[in-house]
Parts: sequence; C-alpha cells; structure tokens
Amino acid sequence: MNNLIRLSDGQALIVADDPWQLYDENLVTDAALILPLQQWRERQPAAVLAGQAISRDALLLQANDDPETLQPWLASLPLIAIDFPSFRDGRGYSQAYLLRSRLGWRGELRAVGDVLRDQLAHMRQCGFDAFAVHADKSLADALKGLAGLSVLYGRSAIEPRPLFRRGRSS
Amino acid sequence: MYHYDEYDRALVRERVVQFRDQVDRRLSGELSEEEFLPLRLQNGLYLQKHAYMLRVAIPYGTLSAKQLRALAHIAQVHDRGYGHFTTRQNIQFNWIELERVADILDWLAEHDMHAIQTSGNCVRNITTEAFAGVAADEWLDPRPLAEILRQWSTINPEFLFLPRKFKIALCAAAEDRAAVQVHDIGLQLYRNEQDQLLLRVLVGGGLGRTPMIAQPLREGLAWYDVLSYVEAILRVYNRHGRRDNKYKARIKILVKAMGIEAFADEVEREWQPIKDGPAQLCDEEYQRVAASFRRPVYAELASTDLDFGTHLAQDQAFARWVARNVLAHQVPGYASVLLSTKPGLSAPPGDVTAAQMTSVADWSERYGFGEIRVSHEQNLVLPDVRKRDLYALWREACAAGLGTANGGLLTDIIACPGGDFCALANAKSIPIAQAIQQRFDDLDYLHDLGAISLNISGCMNACGHHHIGNIGILGVDKNGSEWYQFTLGGSQGQQAALGKVIGPSFAAEEVPRVIERIVHTYVDYRESGESFFDTVQRIGLEPFKERVYTEAMA
Repeated sequence: MNNLIRLSDGQALIVADDPWQLYDENLVTDAALILPLQQWRERQPAAVLAGQAISRDALLLQANDDPETLQPWLASLPLIAIDFPSFRDGRGYSQAYLLRSRLGWRGELRAVGDVLRDQLAHMRQCGFDAFAVHADKSLADALKGLAGLSVLYGRSAIEPRPLFRRGRSS
Repeated sequence: MYHYDEYDRALVRERVVQFRDQVDRRLSGELSEEEFLPLRLQNGLYLQKHAYMLRVAIPYGTLSAKQLRALAHIAQVHDRGYGHFTTRQNIQFNWIELERVADILDWLAEHDMHAIQTSGNCVRNITTEAFAGVAADEWLDPRPLAEILRQWSTINPEFLFLPRKFKIALCAAAEDRAAVQVHDIGLQLYRNEQDQLLLRVLVGGGLGRTPMIAQPLREGLAWYDVLSYVEAILRVYNRHGRRDNKYKARIKILVKAMGIEAFADEVEREWQPIKDGPAQLCDEEYQRVAASFRRPVYAELASTDLDFGTHLAQDQAFARWVARNVLAHQVPGYASVLLSTKPGLSAPPGDVTAAQMTSVADWSERYGFGEIRVSHEQNLVLPDVRKRDLYALWREACAAGLGTANGGLLTDIIACPGGDFCALANAKSIPIAQAIQQRFDDLDYLHDLGAISLNISGCMNACGHHHIGNIGILGVDKNGSEWYQFTLGGSQGQQAALGKVIGPSFAAEEVPRVIERIVHTYVDYRESGESFFDTVQRIGLEPFKERVYTEAMA
C-alpha cells in the first residue's frame, strides 16, 4: 500500500485505497501504473500519443525531465508523479511549479520518492496535492508537516501573489 | 533599520516553533542525522570540531543597539563570552549546545532576529556594503531592495534545496564595498540620465575551489523587475545546475558550461512569462520598506569642526586613526567610523567579546542614532558620528580594544575561523593571522605601506576570500601537515581580480618572513604614491617570486 496523503478541497486525507503502483520492470501486475516517460510512451496506443484518447497509465517525471515535454499529453494523463530521488534534490519543486503555473496541469500531482514530513509544506506550496510519504515514516506524523508557516513572503504555485500584493499595509 | 511588522514577527516565531520540534525529533532519534542535517543548516546550525556553531543572520550587516546587546547576551550566557563576525556580515557563536538552540532562537525572535538560511543550499543572507545610506559616493541607498530581496528569498518554497548555496550581493556606490563580482548574483544599482532606477545584473561569480569573477548578464533591468528576474535565474539554476559533484554545483559552473549567452537566453525564456505578472514590484511596496530606512534627523553642522581639527593637529595617534578608520559622510559635520576587530595578538580577526558588543551598542546611542553595521571585512561600523565626537569615541574605542588604526592596512586581516574550529579546514588561520600581526606591529610602518588587503582561508572553500586579497594565503594539507600557499594581485571592488599563485607553499613558521619579503619587494619597486596592488599590476609576480624563493629562508 502506498503511504499516501491527498489534499481534497484543502483537507488532507490519508488514502488507504490508492490503486497506483510505481513501475518496476520486475513487477508483473495488473495494477494501474505510474511509468517513467520512456516506458509510458512505449505502452501508449497511437491515439493516446496523438492526444486523442485518455491514457490508463500515469506518468512519472524524473528529476532530469523537462515538464514541457508532457505538453501534448496533458489532457490525456490521469495523474502525474514527480520523483524526489533524495529529499535534498530540489528539482521537483521547479518542475511542479512549471506544471501548475505554466502548463496548466489541473490533475493530481503526486510527490514520490524520498518524501518526508519536513518538506511537505514546501511541496504543497509548489502545487503538489498528493504525497507518497517514505514507506518507513508514519503518516500521522507526516500530516503535521503539511501546514508549514502561516507567512509566505514571496509567491508560489498555489499563491501566485507575493505578500505585498495580498494587502500587506504599512 | 528595517522595522518588523506582524508578518515578519509571525514568520520568525513560527520558524522557531518548527525548529524546536525538529531538534526534539532529532534528540529523540525520530530524525536521523542525515535527515536533520539540511534542516539545521537551513537554520544556521553547523556541527564543528568541538561543538555546534550557530550563525545568526544580520541582514545586510545592519544592527540596532538593542540587537547588538541581545547578541552580547547570547555570547555571555550561551557561549564563551564572544562572537565571531563573518565575511558575510553575520555573527557566529562557536560553542553552542543543541539543547539550547531553540531558546536562543526564541531570544533572537524577541529582538527581531533569526538564523534562517544562514547556511544550507538555499539563498543566503543578502549582503550590501557597511556604509549603505551614509557613504559620500553613494548613488542611492541599496537597503530597501536588499530587504525586499531578503523577504522574497526567505523560505521561498521552490528554492530551498538548490544544487548549492546561493549568495546575492548589492551595491549602489561608485566604489563597490560589497564584493558583488564574486557572488552568485551581483546587483549594481544605478540611475540613468532619465533618473530611472536600474540594475546591472552579474552572474556566476564566486570563490571556493574554482574562483571566478561574475559576468554581466543583463544591463538596465528596471528595479521593479528584480524579483521576477532573480526568480528566473534561480529556476534555471535549480533545474540545470549540477548535483552530482558538490564542487561543481555552484551556478558559476553552470554558466561556464552553458556559456553566458546561452545561459542568458535560458533566463530570458524563463523570465518572459513571469515578468509582467504579480512578482513585479510596485512603488507602494518599495516605499513601505524604504520608510524604515529614512535618514535620521541630522543636526545642521559645519563641515569642519574646530575641536576635531585641534585634536588632529595635536595627537598623531588620533590623526592616524582618522586617516584609516574614519570615512566621509553624506552629511556635513558627520563621519562614519570603522571599529577594528583586528587588534593583533589579543583577539582573532572578527572576534568581539560580549563586553565590547555592549560598549559598541552604548557608543552607537551616545554618538549616533543607535545603529551599527558589520562590514564584510569583519569590522564594526558606526555610521553616523559627529566629527566633534570623534576624539572622545576614539579614546573609548582604544580603551575597549577596538581602536586599532589599521582600516584597510596589512594587519586588517580577513580570516576564516580555520582549523581551530572548522571541521572542513586543512590548516589553521587564526595563529597565522596573529603571527603576521605580531611581526607588523609598527603602525608608522604600516601606514607608510598604505592599503594592502591580506586574506587567509584555511581551505579551498575560501571563507577568508583569499583569492581577492592583494595578498592571499590558503591553508593546504601536505601529507598531514599544514602548509600555506600565497597568491598576489587579487582585488575586490570595481577592479575585482583573482590573485595568482606565486609558487610552492610554506610551513606556518615561515609565513611572516614571506610576507616581509613580499612587502620589502613592494617598497623597493613602488613609485611615489603607488599602492601595493598597482605595483603588483605594473611589475608582475617575478620580482616577488625572486625575492621570496631565491633568498634562502633563514
């Protein structure tokens, strides 16, 4: 089972019945898969690749991938996951920002990989709405990391206006 | 001084609560050291050789008297009675217990201070020059934009896990006293002929293992575009900077690999979609922040003061101090004063005791408007002193050990804490600095030599900025013993240049002799009024090498 938290109407919920499984070449399964770009492309029928049909597979964006390459299929994807190979690798934050703010992705954006409590609030700010928390960690603890601080000086994917455009007065 | 409002206070307080919880989870074992490491670094907490070190942010080097007293209190109660001012205008406490960090942060928060992002792979303390707002050669005050950038970069969720640390500096005067050309981003603020406020953006400067002077990235950027433009640079860096090798992870390596034109194109592509969006600064916000930096109400004074003139004529030691440690001010009858933290044997460069901090706070109120600056040369500055008070201040500073007349001279050494404290160092810095200061303790001679910057780093990370010292000393490890490599011809400021290595390194005890020979060479070759840097530029390294290496070390 995925150790998953999902935001729904601003509420954080622990998801017990998540159907998605990360692709693993050794795994034989009928489950719905989250696949890296190359494997995803290989498995798609022509209609999906042409942007004319919905895909049954979700896509895993790896840290080196350019979110813009997903543009032709954004309307076809059921879910996009972004991989954090290490929690110290911050590329996923910019990828998420670009997917949400520039490419207009509105579907589920899930953080996977080395996803830990103390980074959840930053991920949420950058547009993630689902968090597959590291398997060793408690979800109840991780939930405490979602809120973060009440003040954001700058801006983010979910709050595009910096504080000075949100009614901060002298 | 920037005045905190309820948002600033809430952020700092909540961050303390959050960090207290993170420390508790580390102490209980819930967080591994590996998981805790970036969290504590993002809050300025290092693990050094002997203990934790806490680096407290002093945004663009500006402190109130009250804040300096609060730092003195930390030195007194939680440390061993002193603090160390750094080349990034911050202060470090070297003997901190992990269990007490959250209480120290609470105390800082009560005084509108914090340790946020003074370390870690994120945007660090924004720096500018110590004489901002008062320097006679200033075009405009860089502090409002520095503060706006500080806020924008504080816990900016997208940019907390960059490939490497990220340093931004601003200057806005004829002379660059903020070393902007050796920063990841250097911003030079100026007004054009139409009186528009513009920025020249430099990128990819830095010292460390691969020292580089920053390259011009954009000319004439409107001030209100600064946040979106820096955001675009950071996004390009965050996505494309190297993460496989920490020594190749700074933005300078990316800029070099891509080439400045390709890098500029990539930034432009990233910037166009956001430049006219909500990140664009507005005049209202600029004015809100700038209101904190309004000039104090200066007295109307004559530009010359009779008593001051009399003391200058009668007291040679005072005159010497004025020549090196008193700087011209924008307002007639006032001056800025540099309090040297480089007295020689009695204290390592940048170290200031709690009692000294308290005295400086008192002087800032008695002789100024209750404000203190930290210079990137690790000295303290009182920005607004009446000329008529200079003599009294000087006498007090001398009594307190802060009156050494060596601003910009050979003994005004910039040095990192080195092997005495730092776990990364290859060699010690402090004893080297002190041995040099001891050898050159004749102030008349030092004044005759004039401006010579001497920088010492205990390792390649170059915290002592040795590459940009006129004389640079780098500690290196040779088969487990400590050796020192010399560079000459480095410079900070508008003429920023990296020094060149003169040859094989020396043992610690040889260092003062080497400096002596370098200095003698300069004295022999200099033309009337020629500075050390200019002489090195004119005659090259050969005469120095010859003197240093061909005469046997006796």
